[in-house]
Amino acid sequence: MNKTRKLSKFTLTNIKCYGMIIVAFAVLYPMLKMNMISNKISGLLIPICAYIVMAISLNLTVGFLGELSLGHAGFMSVGAFSGVITVACMQSGLPAPVKLLAAIIIGGIMAGILGLIIGIPVIRLKGDYLAIVTLAFGEIIKNIINCLYIGVDGSGLHFSMKSAEALNLSDGKIILNGPQGAVGVSKIATFFAGVLLILFALFVVLNLVNSKTGRAVTAIRDNRIAAESVGINITKYKLTAFIISAVIAGMAGALYGLNFSTIAAKKFDFNTSILILVFVVLGGMGNIPGTIIATTLLYMLPEMLRQFSDYRMLIYAIVLILVMLATNSPRAKVFANKIVGIFKKNNETDGEGDVSNG
Amino acid sequence: MRFPVKRSENAFICLKNRDGPNENCKMTFVCTNGAKSETVKEGVNMTFISNLINGISLGSVYAIIALGYTMVYGIAKMLNFAHGDVIMVGAYISYCASSYLGFSPVLSVLLAMVVCTVLGVAIEAFAYRPLRRSGSLAVLITAIGVSYLLQNVALLIWGSNPKAFKSLVTFGSISLFDGKLIITAESIVTVIACIIIMVGLSLFTKKSKMGKAMRAVSEDKDAAELMGINVNVTISLTFAIGSALAAIAGVLLCSAYPTLQPTTGSMPGIKAFTAAVFGGIGSIPGAMIGGILLGIIEIFSKSYISTALSDAIVFAVLIVVLLVKPTGLLGKKITEKV
Repeated sequence: MNKTRKLSKFTLTNIKCYGMIIVAFAVLYPMLKMNMISNKISGLLIPICAYIVMAISLNLTVGFLGELSLGHAGFMSVGAFSGVITVACMQSGLPAPVKLLAAIIIGGIMAGILGLIIGIPVIRLKGDYLAIVTLAFGEIIKNIINCLYIGVDGSGLHFSMKSAEALNLSDGKIILNGPQGAVGVSKIATFFAGVLLILFALFVVLNLVNSKTGRAVTAIRDNRIAAESVGINITKYKLTAFIISAVIAGMAGALYGLNFSTIAAKKFDFNTSILILVFVVLGGMGNIPGTIIATTLLYMLPEMLRQFSDYRMLIYAIVLILVMLATNSPRAKVFANKIVGIFKKNNETDGEGDVSNG
Repeated sequence: MRFPVKRSENAFICLKNRDGPNENCKMTFVCTNGAKSETVKEGVNMTFISNLINGISLGSVYAIIALGYTMVYGIAKMLNFAHGDVIMVGAYISYCASSYLGFSPVLSVLLAMVVCTVLGVAIEAFAYRPLRRSGSLAVLITAIGVSYLLQNVALLIWGSNPKAFKSLVTFGSISLFDGKLIITAESIVTVIACIIIMVGLSLFTKKSKMGKAMRAVSEDKDAAELMGINVNVTISLTFAIGSALAAIAGVLLCSAYPTLQPTTGSMPGIKAFTAAVFGGIGSIPGAMIGGILLGIIEIFSKSYISTALSDAIVFAVLIVVLLVKPTGLLGKKITEKV
């Protein structure tokens, strides 16, 4: 009995997540093909896909692992630039989907390696100290990519930290030009690929959470000492979750990077990390369907508010504060319960319940 | 007394050990100064000292900001990301007071402090107090919302064009060694302000009744309340002090680096937060040491390694320190009870 109920909850979440994405795709894709969507909105679709994947990835770290990461944009950045470099190195004859797939895979692998390098020291720390170290790593990644010059020619890739001239390119082209970032990226990301990536991320995260590893990870989040005393290897599971989160973030980054013709490292700064964290917290930590909805709404909100021009970010900030206050403050909860109570009473007494007692 | 250091570093030792073995230092210094063949080395010496002074001065600004972070963290257990933007507001207020209203420097700083204090207390009362009992992430996101709000209000009022902040320090700079070493008045004022604030704050938290209440609240909110301490007033007071310090830091920061725009506060805010963690968050001397070390590391890596990579180096040092001492330099190690 208990088992079936648990199973049904898992399937329910699955149906919610996959269903939402597939329905959205089924509605939007024909509209996109028939040019029924304005350019403004269609330009947002791929970034929204990338950010949904990012939010799913961060939800794994913050929601399920319970560790605050303030440098998730760093993984996205590494994924984006490795993806861009991969595409630039490949022969131009190859079809775009193959290139995109390769870019996403390489982006994921590079971010995963970085996740391993960062994860080993970071996992030792706790709470706010862990948060500040992830922030520091995010800033370091941004700074290093900002100084990195990469070019490609017949003999292979050339790296330099000084200037574009120091690359000694014979006849090749510069892929990454220091602070200017990558210029002349081929825009091969598609909405279809974005949706597939979301489905992949959902598949990985939802199944991970419901696996033995996932249960170990949530046990560590809920009580580290208790988990340790029943023999769960804390470092192993934490690191696994952290690296998977990094890989998914890198894939999202590759998709994001290949959607723009120019991309610079300063796009992936502290504010981007925070933006993704806002999506996760507002969507609900450990709540994947909520995260998807929150990401879509919050990413669209500033664009929808464009008509208010100067006031749009102000409105965004106020909405953010009010939503946080409304969803988290005890007084708001009491207030909400009161309102629910009034409605319930009204229903019971056929609309004659007295409001003053509620 | 003998120092196992190169001659070019003697001046550094000299500055560091004011009350230590001074004579040896002075002698070497005179030697360096006197020898004609070593003019190049002397130049190196002077850049070193001036870099050190710049570092201490920048670090003092970080320390003042970090004090605000650390006090708020100690008492409310929250990362107040809006603190950096309070700095920006303080700088704008004093800018307006001195350039449009023609206030004297001292008066404009006082005005900025008053405005920031009111702002800090208001933010705490409206945005943070309702969330005091909920999770730390909720407060963090609200703080980020407040930070966006302050930046955008500043953008609407003052526009996005950077304003050239006129230094509020009116007296000239000091030049030593025939003009080879110039110490700007701003850095002197900054360092002195930092020392005064530091000493004042330490005395306040140790001796005064309100300071004791603050420490009690930071230790255990519920127990403090049972002892008759008004927790709300104490937390408000902490925010008031932190914000007033932020105003001072804003003025000092913009006097030394005179571009003022709505995002001015965010990067120094993050760095000061780093400094607070560096020294052990929650500890007042820790914030001071962390801030000054961070400033010195930043200026040195800027002038000796790479300007573009200086931030990366600062953060790398932070990571190394946290790996060796996971709770910062002066942080308390909390043993977990099962």
